[in-house]
Amino acid sequence: MKQVAASASGARSVVKSKTTLGHRILRNWQIYIFLLLPLAYLLIFAYYPMTGLQLAFKKFDMKLGIWGSPWVGFDQFTKFFSSPYFKTIIPNTLKISIYSLIAGFPLPIIFALLLNTVRSTRFRKTVQTITYLPHFISVVVLVGMLNQLLNPVVGVYGSIGMKLLGTYPVDILGKADAFIHIYVWSGIWQNFGWGSIIYMAALTSVSSELHEAAEIDGASRFQRLLYIDFPSILPTATIMLIMNSGQIMSVGYEKVYLMQNTLNLSQSEVISTYVYKIGIGSSSIPDYSYGTAIGLFNSVINLVLLVLVNQVSRRLSETSLW
Amino acid sequence: MKKSKAVKISTADRTFYITADVILWLLVLLVSYPLIYILSASFSDPSNVAAGKVYLWPVGFSLRGYEEVFRHDQVWVGYRNTIFYTVFGTFINVSMTMMAAFGLSKRNLPGKNLFTFLFTFTMMFGGGLVPFYLLLRDLKMLNTVWAMLIPGAISVYNMIVARTFIQSNIPAELSEAASIDGCSDFRYFFEILLPLSKAILAVLALFYAVGHWNSYFNAMIYLRDPSLFPLQIVLREILILNQIDPSMMLDPSQQERLEGMADLLKYSLIVVATVPIMCVYPFVQKYFIKGVMIGSLKG
Repeated sequence: MKQVAASASGARSVVKSKTTLGHRILRNWQIYIFLLLPLAYLLIFAYYPMTGLQLAFKKFDMKLGIWGSPWVGFDQFTKFFSSPYFKTIIPNTLKISIYSLIAGFPLPIIFALLLNTVRSTRFRKTVQTITYLPHFISVVVLVGMLNQLLNPVVGVYGSIGMKLLGTYPVDILGKADAFIHIYVWSGIWQNFGWGSIIYMAALTSVSSELHEAAEIDGASRFQRLLYIDFPSILPTATIMLIMNSGQIMSVGYEKVYLMQNTLNLSQSEVISTYVYKIGIGSSSIPDYSYGTAIGLFNSVINLVLLVLVNQVSRRLSETSLW
Repeated sequence: MKKSKAVKISTADRTFYITADVILWLLVLLVSYPLIYILSASFSDPSNVAAGKVYLWPVGFSLRGYEEVFRHDQVWVGYRNTIFYTVFGTFINVSMTMMAAFGLSKRNLPGKNLFTFLFTFTMMFGGGLVPFYLLLRDLKMLNTVWAMLIPGAISVYNMIVARTFIQSNIPAELSEAASIDGCSDFRYFFEILLPLSKAILAVLALFYAVGHWNSYFNAMIYLRDPSLFPLQIVLREILILNQIDPSMMLDPSQQERLEGMADLLKYSLIVVATVPIMCVYPFVQKYFIKGVMIGSLKG
C-alpha cells in the first residue's frame, strides 16, 4: 500500500517536473479552440489580403488573376509619383490632418480643465451629456446637416446672411478654399467633448490634498488650474499628441468622400478617397494595380511614422504602444 | 464652517468661476444649436422651411415631413436592414472579441506572444482597400449580407480593451481554482467569466452597435442590391446625392412647394435616423465612458 502511494506520488512529481511545452499546450487545448475562430478570421481577412499587395508590383490581368498577372516592378509607383494627382492629394492629406491636429488637439484639454473647475455636479453632468452627444451622429447625417445648415438659400446660414447682408451669402459648400475649414471645424464640433473624456479621467486622479494645500497658501483657482491640474494631465496629453502625429498621413475616406463635390475637389481629394476611386469606385474600368500601389505607398509611410513616433514616445515618456 | 468657506471665495476666483461657466454655456449652445435647429425645422411647415423662417423653434407646426419620410419604402427597408446588421453584426463582434480576449488573457499560454503580435500588427499595417475588396469578391461575399457582417468582425482595439478588463478585473486565481475543481475552460468561460464581464460586454456591444448603425462606406462598396441597403445608404442618397423621387411627394403639382418639401423631408429624415441612438445614449453614457477609460489604460 505504502509502496503504491509512494510510486504514485513519484509519478506525480515526474509529471510536475515535466511541464514541458507539449504538456502546457495540451493542457490548454480548450483555450486554443477559443482562439481558433478569431485567428482564422485574422488570417483570412487581415493577412491573406496582404498577399494581394503583390498587385502593386504587377499589371493586373482579369484572366490571370492576382497570382498569375505579370510583374512590372515599380512601374505603378513611378506612374503615381509623376502623375499630377501626386502633387495635389499628398499636400491635401497633410494640410487636412495637420490643421485638424493643431485646431483639434488643444480644445478637449482646455474644455476638460474648465469643466473640472465646475463645482455643481449637476451642471457638469449636463455639459458632459450634451457635448458628448454629437460623437454618435453618423458621418452621413453630419454631412447632410452641413449641407442643410450651410445652404446659402434655405439653410440657417442663408437666412442669417440674408438678414445681415440683404442678399444671399456666398455658397461656401461650393468654395474649394472653405472645404478644409468646414471639414475640420465640423469635426471639432462633433468630437471635442468626447475627446475630453480621457483628460477628465486623468483629472479625477489629482489628489485633493494638493488643491487644499495650495488653497491654504493662497493660490487662486486659476493658478491651481495652471500649476496643479494642467501638469497632471500633461503626460496624457503628450502621449495623445505623439500618437496623433503618427497619423499625419492618414485621413479617412468616409467624411471626406461625402463632403466632396465637383467644385471643391482640388482641395478635398485625399489619398484614401483617390485610392477608392482608382481601385474600386471608378466609373470606367477600375485599375486594381494602381489603386493597390497608392494604398501600399500610404500604408508604408503610416507604418514608418507610427514606429518613429513610438520610439520618440518611449524615449520621452516611457510609454509606447508595444 | 460651510458659510465661512463660501465667504472665502475671492473676487479673482469668482471672476474665474463665472468666466468658466459662461464659456461652458457657450459651448453647450454651440453644440446644441444645430441639433435644435434640425429638430425644429423637421416639425415646421414646408413653406416656412423653404423661406428660411426657422431660426430656433418650429414655425407653423406640421408633421408633413415625417409623413413624407414614412411614405418612402426605401426608408423602411433601410431601417429593417440596419437593425438586422446591427443586431447580428454586434452579436458576431462581441462573441469573436470575447473569445479572442479570453484566450489572450491567459498568462502562460504557449504562443500567446505570437498571437498577440498577429493581432496588434494588423492595427498598423494591412492589405488596404483594393486587395480586401478582391478577397470579398473571390469569396463571393459581395452583394450579400455577409459583406456587412464579417468584415471588421473583430476590432483589435476593442479586443485589447476587453483583454485588459479581464486581466485587471477577474483574478487569475479564480480560473486556477475552477480548474482544480474540475471545471473545464468552456464552462469557466460561460458560467464564470461572462457573468463577471457584464460591464465590458455592455461596452463592447455599444461600441460595435453604434459602428454598425452609423457606417455607410462598406455598404457603398460591397452592396449593389437596393433591398440590402442599410439606412445610411438611403440617407446618403437623399441627403447628399439629392435623389428624391418626385412622384413620392404629396401634391406634385404644387411646384413651389416641392423645394420646401424636399428640405423638410431631409430634416425629418435626419431626426428619424438619429433618434434611436439619441434616445438610448443618455442611459448608456456611463458604459461608453467606461470603455474609453479602460481603453486609455495601456493594453
